[in-house]
Amino acid sequence: MPGHEFSDEYIRKLAKLSRLTVTDAQSAELRTSLSTIVTYVERLRRLDLDGVEPLANVGELTNRLDDDQPGPTLPPEALRGIAPEMHDQFLKVPKVLGDGGGA
Amino acid sequence: MKVAARSAGEIAMAVRSRSATATQVVSLTLDRIEAVNPAINAFVDIFKARAMSAAEDVDARIAKGENLPLAGVPVALKDNMCLGPDLHAPGDTRGYGGRTTCASRILENYRSPFTATAAQRLIEAGAVIVGKTNLDEFAMGSSTEWSIFGPTRNPWDTERVAGGSSGGSAAAVAAGLVPLALGSDTGGSIRQPASHCGVVGVKPTYGRVSRYGLAAFASSLDQIGPMGATVADAALALEVLCGHDPLDSTSAPRAVPAWSAELGRPVEALRLGVPKQARGAGVQPEVTAALDRAVEALRGAGGKFVEVDLPLTDEGIAAYYIIAPAEASSNLARFDGVRYGRRAALGPGEGLFELYCKSRGEGFGDEVRRRIMLGTHVLSAGYHDAYYTTAQKVRRRVLDDFSRAFAACDVIVMPAAPGPAFGIGEKLNDPLAMYLEDVFTVGVNLAGLPGVTVPAGFVSEAGRDLPVGVQIIAPAFEEGVMLRAAAMLERALALPRRNPVIS
Repeated sequence: MPGHEFSDEYIRKLAKLSRLTVTDAQSAELRTSLSTIVTYVERLRRLDLDGVEPLANVGELTNRLDDDQPGPTLPPEALRGIAPEMHDQFLKVPKVLGDGGGA
Repeated sequence: MKVAARSAGEIAMAVRSRSATATQVVSLTLDRIEAVNPAINAFVDIFKARAMSAAEDVDARIAKGENLPLAGVPVALKDNMCLGPDLHAPGDTRGYGGRTTCASRILENYRSPFTATAAQRLIEAGAVIVGKTNLDEFAMGSSTEWSIFGPTRNPWDTERVAGGSSGGSAAAVAAGLVPLALGSDTGGSIRQPASHCGVVGVKPTYGRVSRYGLAAFASSLDQIGPMGATVADAALALEVLCGHDPLDSTSAPRAVPAWSAELGRPVEALRLGVPKQARGAGVQPEVTAALDRAVEALRGAGGKFVEVDLPLTDEGIAAYYIIAPAEASSNLARFDGVRYGRRAALGPGEGLFELYCKSRGEGFGDEVRRRIMLGTHVLSAGYHDAYYTTAQKVRRRVLDDFSRAFAACDVIVMPAAPGPAFGIGEKLNDPLAMYLEDVFTVGVNLAGLPGVTVPAGFVSEAGRDLPVGVQIIAPAFEEGVMLRAAAMLERALALPRRNPVIS
């Protein structure tokens, strides 16, 4: 686990990957707090974890198929009602193709 | 009927036997909430007309002869659980509705079109939801200060936090506003505020209670549970909440025993495991003293002390603060300003990418932003194995350590938090100090176990009496043993009922 320096540039990169705008003041605070937290979690490096199987979930999870029966669904107008912007029955978003896609 | 002093069980019995009506109970409850809530900020929304109409429905159901385990019991719901408008029947416009904010600007005006299964089960059992309670934004925090509604204040000392993230629910129960409330617990968010407010808080086994309609924070850890003034009330609510739900793929298809009927039966020759780490550095002496009193009380009731070892207690925190933010960064990707929630205004030439970044940048608060970015960091190419896989290996070891401990004991008894409630603002600018509040609770989530906080008396700090709880942990799906041990502790301590004087 490499020690990590949270530069301003790296914070901007993380913000972009996270799809978040970050102000200069927020960036400065994040450099300090993320660095403190990551330094703390790096204590895990001291443990001998050779041969330990990673555990993602503790539940009694198995793949399960639902019955192939149509069930009740939410009415479309209920979903339209919570959308920030609609165009007829479509969700309206800014241009996606061309220059609109960003990243 | 004085509602504040009544337990959920007493209220349900009174309403069932028609010595009181749900309408009377809810009306008195709403009056009390109106009077007290401004001092503690436990509720973010109070349902007046809607709760009264729901109470009328309960009275009508009682009149028809329905047998309702929570008849007329006022309940508060943490505001990360959805309440839709369609509670009675499709097309029926009555019901609760209202917003589900997660104490976040991004969902400030979000009105869910559906209802959480946990809430639905309470309603079907005759409970009346009287309002939504405050929390740390998206349940990320240990103090209920990271909320767009401002901090919840501890009823025992309004200059202190209620704990978190289910601080609103804990404070509402502690102040006697409701006998029952729901919380959610990803790393201690039911058990730690229960300790700080002097109430009982149950985090059930992972998979016991459906999370359908709970805003997801860290899906491999999240669990809904009840908070109440007594073990009996929490057990009563738990019976209603548990059970398989096809709408949640992690919901366990397990039978739900009648736990509350068994509470009076002590666990024979109860083996009490107390981890050495419960007395570790950073634990305040008052907390250790409360733990000792609890263990002594349980020994007096026939329990046998066994020392157990949970060597990764500190490392559990480190693993948790990798796994939980990693999952959060993925879960919170759904808030994109497109389908629901806040959408930012765009400038000329700005497109979809800016829509995402600005909506989320404006919508999320400081702690949520920090966790999303921490999660993005630990999952990013080149770091994934070093952080996330390592944390998952530690998670396996934490589970194995608990299994080993449970070979020697029936339940584990340890603190729920390293100290009593701390001052408002004290840890807000020190995220790591805030995270360390969870040192005794996160392991239970990593291992998917059930845990309950039981009040264990008061400590005096700066001239104020503050409650301290202890946590009882059981093997997975052994809620029965856990609750019976909790009831034994409650009886053995026989703490006089005290109500906070809220100033």
